[in-house]
Amino acid sequence: MHDVILSTVSTLKEGLLSKKYSSVELTTEYLDRIATIDTSTNSFITVCEEEALRQAARADELIKQGKAGVLTGIPYANKDIFCTKNIRTTCGSKMLDNFIAPYNATVVEKCMDAGMVMLGKTNMDEFAMGSSNETSYYGRANNPWDLTRVSGGSSGGSAAAIAARLAPLATGSDTGGSIRQPSAFCGISGLKPTYGRVSRYGMIAFGSSLDQGGPMAHCAEDLALLLSVIAGHDHKDSTSNKRGPEDFSRHLNKSIKSKVIGIPKEYFSNNLNPEIQIIIDEAIKHIEKLGAKIKDVSLPSTSLVVPTYYVLASAECSSNMSRYDGVRFGHRCEDPNSIDDLYERSRAEGFGDEVKRRILMGTYALSSGYYAAYYEKAQKIRRLVKNDYISVFKDVDFLIGPTCPSIAFHAETFAHDPVQMYLSDVYTVSANLAGLPSLSLPAGFTQGMPVGMQITGNYFKESELLSLGHAYQTNTDWHNRYTTEKLGR
Amino acid sequence: MLWETIIGLEVHVQLATKSKIFSGASTSYGSSANERACAVDLALPGTLPVLNERVVELAIALGLAIDGNIASYSTFARKNYFYPDSPKGYQISQFEDPIVSNGRLKIVAENDLKIINITRAHLEEDAGKSVHGEYTDVTAIDFNRAGTPLLEIVSEPELKNAKEAVSYLKELYYLVTSIGICDGNMQEGSFRCDANVSIREQGAEMLGTRTEVKNINSFKYVERAINFEVVRQREILENGGKVSQETRLFDPEKNETRAMRTKEDAHDYRYFPDPDLPPILINEAQIDKVRATLPELPWDKRARYVEEYDLSLDEASMLANDYSVSNYFEKCLGESTLSPKFVAHWIVGGLFSLLNKHSTTISFSRVSPASLNELLGKIFRKEISANAGKRVLEIMWETLNDVDKIIDEEELVQISDDSVLQQSVDKIVKDFPQQVQEYKDGKEKILGFLVGQVLKQTQGKANPEIVKTMLERILKA
Repeated sequence: MHDVILSTVSTLKEGLLSKKYSSVELTTEYLDRIATIDTSTNSFITVCEEEALRQAARADELIKQGKAGVLTGIPYANKDIFCTKNIRTTCGSKMLDNFIAPYNATVVEKCMDAGMVMLGKTNMDEFAMGSSNETSYYGRANNPWDLTRVSGGSSGGSAAAIAARLAPLATGSDTGGSIRQPSAFCGISGLKPTYGRVSRYGMIAFGSSLDQGGPMAHCAEDLALLLSVIAGHDHKDSTSNKRGPEDFSRHLNKSIKSKVIGIPKEYFSNNLNPEIQIIIDEAIKHIEKLGAKIKDVSLPSTSLVVPTYYVLASAECSSNMSRYDGVRFGHRCEDPNSIDDLYERSRAEGFGDEVKRRILMGTYALSSGYYAAYYEKAQKIRRLVKNDYISVFKDVDFLIGPTCPSIAFHAETFAHDPVQMYLSDVYTVSANLAGLPSLSLPAGFTQGMPVGMQITGNYFKESELLSLGHAYQTNTDWHNRYTTEKLGR
Repeated sequence: MLWETIIGLEVHVQLATKSKIFSGASTSYGSSANERACAVDLALPGTLPVLNERVVELAIALGLAIDGNIASYSTFARKNYFYPDSPKGYQISQFEDPIVSNGRLKIVAENDLKIINITRAHLEEDAGKSVHGEYTDVTAIDFNRAGTPLLEIVSEPELKNAKEAVSYLKELYYLVTSIGICDGNMQEGSFRCDANVSIREQGAEMLGTRTEVKNINSFKYVERAINFEVVRQREILENGGKVSQETRLFDPEKNETRAMRTKEDAHDYRYFPDPDLPPILINEAQIDKVRATLPELPWDKRARYVEEYDLSLDEASMLANDYSVSNYFEKCLGESTLSPKFVAHWIVGGLFSLLNKHSTTISFSRVSPASLNELLGKIFRKEISANAGKRVLEIMWETLNDVDKIIDEEELVQISDDSVLQQSVDKIVKDFPQQVQEYKDGKEKILGFLVGQVLKQTQGKANPEIVKTMLERILKA
């Protein structure tokens, strides 16, 4: 069974269809691994053993009846930001420690309809606010490559689970890099789709105009399979794009010859770790060898994206967090003596420091007298960022650069300097500001830690992004590296 | 010192939709607590609003009716504030780009027509309801109303007194109920208003400091609340004080307004565009579609009743303002050949007094247009007298019996047959020789007395006109 955990999803699928193993056996294998290994990675907040085995048995039945879909019987890990009916959804917060949604997120519903098996709910920064998983109420998910380092955030639990081979697929959400950065830190593949591609219904909101759910996996090929399941219009989300479902695996083997790759000069500045620069340069050369043309380009607004992002994301967050008032659900303080006391203590006790910091920043940015200087100005810059991309995509098909300026840092590195941590989002946040699809793939190692390469495409070009990723991964094996000794198995 | 009052009104009109503005939950009233609140209405994490397209059509209808500008592009904004019955911690409303702007409404002010400008009308969601005093030591919340669609209609501060304000409100009420965008149920809060009231020295240019009296749900209370405010503010100013800008509540039992919160603790609502909802885009075709379904507006109907049916303006208003009354009236007309004036006269003079007597409205009339028509036909053909007609109407209301049966049982058929009446007429001429003589001496008015005696003799069944002719014939012979 051990080789199973190193397989691609297509291989797992073959194994299921050829009755080499059943979904129940496959699921049991992963649940066993979680039970032994996750004590050190802490990538799950909730493991759904019974429910997973029940879903697996149902999947086996479907397979037997010949009614299996592409992912029927395949286990996956679900970020704890996606609501699950009758299974608690914490969003990494004490505020929702007791919250059980009476509905499934659309993403969850789609995975269920596809016959997939949900192993559990993965760890994350509280309300997806953080780049290290350290703001989780449940303790951080550790990086499987070095347990003293962070898994990244906010989808660090999903990334760590994939890297530790505790699940072949996972869901994530990305508001400013929350899929791509942990993917880079943990050496896995992750895709933030175009804004509106994947329904936000039931995915707990952080920055509503930036939030986008997406797939996380070992390789681009597997990302395509999961994206095909979760993407598509949803009438419950007014910002969901009208496009119907799509098969993102269909064009995976399409040649990338004569595709033009833009290299934004701003992404290779002094702030970039030189070892990472070497690895990304190498990866770009590799892609050039595969037939793509390389072109130097500029994204002039790059220096503005981090402050712009933190104003807008925090502004939306401050409003989105208002529903957590202790009145209808979630944490409520003991013996409130007035409604204000109820609000103040419930929120003071239920939210962690980072969430409070963002609520304060966002409330400030929206306050009368400051609105024009912060929120409104940030919206204008957002438009500039978008225009940068629109103009650059007239000349190139993709943009390539590093996903992050550094490898996964040690825990508590930025404990007293949150702004320094915010600055490390410099390469990822602009795809959210512009709403573009963006992919992170493992591109090499330094100091024994994985390095991520980020490929950004034009609107709704996920299919082409994935075919580029697949071409790269067909010719490299960074995505197949696996850390055995650190996890003791 | 002479003072001048300035009033602006913000009216919350509950839009008549089956489901809520951003969720599929029902808007029906009177369900048990929280039964009509779904996950979206309760703002459970991860839920998202989806606009009910019907509210856009209803807002367009209002925009057309007030000759306003209907925005081709309008947006939703979040109005942030904490309140236990506001589930999201913000209300979805419209701020910068309302769906309707720059409209106008004609009102009658001191027998003159006056145009009141309407600044804007915007869509928003209603909050839930806090229930105080039903449980010991705690306030309960019913979220059934949360997410009910509202159209807030804001007037310019152009109303000069409480009467004008009421006149404006009534006109608006007739309008929104006539075009079917609101059910008009004021007890249930379907039509309620906030009044901004200020006073200033006659002729002054600057507006005085205003107070806002919140959430008044009857025409009578609006009038009383404004009048109270005007007197209160005048007393403050005349005593050298300053009116403080504040929100006030009207207490109908004590007939006074009370301060609720002052400007100092006013909220900073931190409005910003709602990222969950794309802008509302409206094209000409959509507007034309609504225009095609727009019914006759109350003021057009009034004018038509006056012109076509030869009614007085008063009568026309009474019949045209309330769409359920005009529906009733026009149903009667549609089913009979009687003159509209005759029918109008009987509805206003007959049916309305019955409705008043039973404190109900025409929608609950126990006399249908068909039955009324049947009765009016008999009165018109003089089969029964007008007096008998009134009786029949009352009995119909009580018993729901049909007209013929009532006339039969009550023996109300009018006697118009000369040969039947002859005997009674002869008897009266014989019994009242003195009056007969007076008539013959030229005192023609006495004829009325004699007719009355014949009617009395026949227990009111004699046709008075026939009796009159018969008497004249005999006395002049």
